[in-house]
Amino acid sequence: MQKLIKNLSYIWNKFKNDRESFWDELEEQMVTSDISINTASRILEEVKDYVYRENINNLEKVKSSLKQQIIEILKCNGDSKLNISSRPPTVFLIIGVNGVGKTTSIAKLANMFKKNGKKVLISAADTYRSAAVEQLQYYAEILGIDMVHHQKFSDPGAVVYDSVEKAKARGTDLVIIDTAGRMQTSYNLMEELKKIKKVICRRIDREVDEILLVVDSTTGQNARNQAELFNNSLNLTGIILTKTDSTSKGGIVITIKNDLNIPIKLITNGEKLEDICYFDPVRFTELIFS
Amino acid sequence: MFELLTAKFEDLFYKIRNKGKLSPNDLDSALREIKLALLEADVNFKVVKEFIENVKAKATGEKILESLTPYQHVVKIVNEEIIRVLGSSSGGINFASRDPTIIMTVGLHGSGKTSSVIKLANFLKTKYQKKVSVVAADVYRPAAVLQLEDMAKNIDVDVYSENNSDPVSISVRGVELFKKSGSDVIIIDTAGRLHIDENMMDEIANIRNKTTPHQIYLVLDAMTGQEAVNIASSFNLRVECDGIILTKLDSDTRGGAALSVYYVVKKPVKFVSNGEKIEDFDIFYPDRIASRILGKGDILTLIEKAEEVVSEKEAKRIEEKIYRNELNFEDFVAQIRSLKKMGSIDKIFSMMPIVNKSKIFKKVNLDDSHLSHIEAIINSMTVDERRKPHIINGSRKKRIAKGSGNSVSEVNKLLEQFSKTKQMLKQFSGLKGKFKLPPGNF
Repeated sequence: MQKLIKNLSYIWNKFKNDRESFWDELEEQMVTSDISINTASRILEEVKDYVYRENINNLEKVKSSLKQQIIEILKCNGDSKLNISSRPPTVFLIIGVNGVGKTTSIAKLANMFKKNGKKVLISAADTYRSAAVEQLQYYAEILGIDMVHHQKFSDPGAVVYDSVEKAKARGTDLVIIDTAGRMQTSYNLMEELKKIKKVICRRIDREVDEILLVVDSTTGQNARNQAELFNNSLNLTGIILTKTDSTSKGGIVITIKNDLNIPIKLITNGEKLEDICYFDPVRFTELIFS
Repeated sequence: MFELLTAKFEDLFYKIRNKGKLSPNDLDSALREIKLALLEADVNFKVVKEFIENVKAKATGEKILESLTPYQHVVKIVNEEIIRVLGSSSGGINFASRDPTIIMTVGLHGSGKTSSVIKLANFLKTKYQKKVSVVAADVYRPAAVLQLEDMAKNIDVDVYSENNSDPVSISVRGVELFKKSGSDVIIIDTAGRLHIDENMMDEIANIRNKTTPHQIYLVLDAMTGQEAVNIASSFNLRVECDGIILTKLDSDTRGGAALSVYYVVKKPVKFVSNGEKIEDFDIFYPDRIASRILGKGDILTLIEKAEEVVSEKEAKRIEEKIYRNELNFEDFVAQIRSLKKMGSIDKIFSMMPIVNKSKIFKKVNLDDSHLSHIEAIINSMTVDERRKPHIINGSRKKRIAKGSGNSVSEVNKLLEQFSKTKQMLKQFSGLKGKFKLPPGNF
């Protein structure tokens, strides 16, 4: 995405000579950062509108209009912070396709809340992948927090049930549930998630406090399908954007927010446990433009 | 995989097909649709540009506008272009002239290296009868070695690992050990790394220098966006990859990354990984994928899969029974079981040459549990009932429904479907083809 702005200066001379191809190239540049064509042309329409209305011929103004449009899309109407229940334990359910960084994100989240003096329990409901439990256990030991797990291939619903019950008994503030990676197109595995959600709701007698979809920033247009299908099954409350230390900056979240109105809540940007922060639309957009 | 791109082309060609002749405007709007479809499929925008140029040049050169069959013509050109972009030869492995063949896999975090290593090991073991061993060189991710060892146990493959050592030394010692112990293939599983992390990229360059692998595969997530080309270029620059293992093709990704990578980096996709099971791994065939994109189905793969689970003899026996109208529920359940062995229903369905598949997809519930229901109903029948379905009366139906946890109407539905299928199969029995799918069941 950083390239986007560099190239914007580069193609600027076209703005005067060949306006149409300037817009075309701008659209192309946006698509290169994995923003979908629909979103890109929507943003561009607004910018064009402004440029013609105000008779703009200044690169900085075009840039800032572009920025403003993106910030406008990413901005959250309500609170973008995580929802903490007044009746602990608060429960976060973490889901996503394979290999996006669910387990690492959970370790980072747990670390963040533990530092704030919260009592955290992590629930190893990925009973499918080899060594998933051991990976989580490693983090639980480092962080010195509770973890609930069952045997391999056991029912994830039962793990979740146990986790919430234990959290209640021990006066835990926050339960974070790790689930197995699954493709959004897998009917059976999506049903399994619905069941897990039901188990939690019954145990805490309210909706799950956060259902967070983990999205890999290197993913292209398919991330939108992921968000849509997971949202249809579970009603997502937000997105964790991972691996933003890569060269991809995750432009697809702009499309996700624009099309589905699912807020981006957190981003992770490194291998260390501290490399997680709340999502800030202005900073995210500035990063694109830096 | 590639479903949405296929759907786009299907819709597009459906429009063109109904016209006798193609106007210049038609061609332009077709090309625009193709361009959008490819961009939405994550094909790199540079590749898209050239792709469209080439199709247009060819379409003009071949005087497509004057053709009376413009539809076939456009399909042919797009088909050829896709195959060209994907590389015209099929994938697979090149073994070293002398054993052992050393393979190294590299890639980003979470691209699916460890699963691919195990699937590849299993593939080489079962298809080529090779003795395969694996070296665990991911010392960074917690429990990565454990994951590899656990999965390797299932397919009976040896793993070399060390505690508190560096990946380069582990790789060197592992390869030495397996060379001595007579392995035919040694696969080194490296840690996930960012292609811009200099230190980590140095590490794989070092492993490569010290172990001189015959094949280096980049493991690439099929859902990767526009960056795929840069990722592949960076890895290729540092360790010179021989090819790509494309993973997670069981998602609904349009998989444009595959098209881009070959085009820009000139490295072919060798293997594809498309499911949770160890067997969900195959050689990459560009022509099959291209015909799939064009909505012609992947009938070759389907036939191969069918041949793997149904023996020639069994197929003949069934065919004769169909011919003599003697097909019964025992055969039916056997067919369902072999169908299940071929993979999930939606996967099989996606390989079938059906026009406007995307529209049918929306209406049909491609749920494997439906087959299990049918199986349960049949399992609740007595042997006599299975062999002579006509004896099933009202009270028998009630008993079967109860025994299988279904309603009587569901039992009725199955009986009705069965007799229809029987009739249809009789009509088809003259046709060639060994695998008869019970139609109308999903």
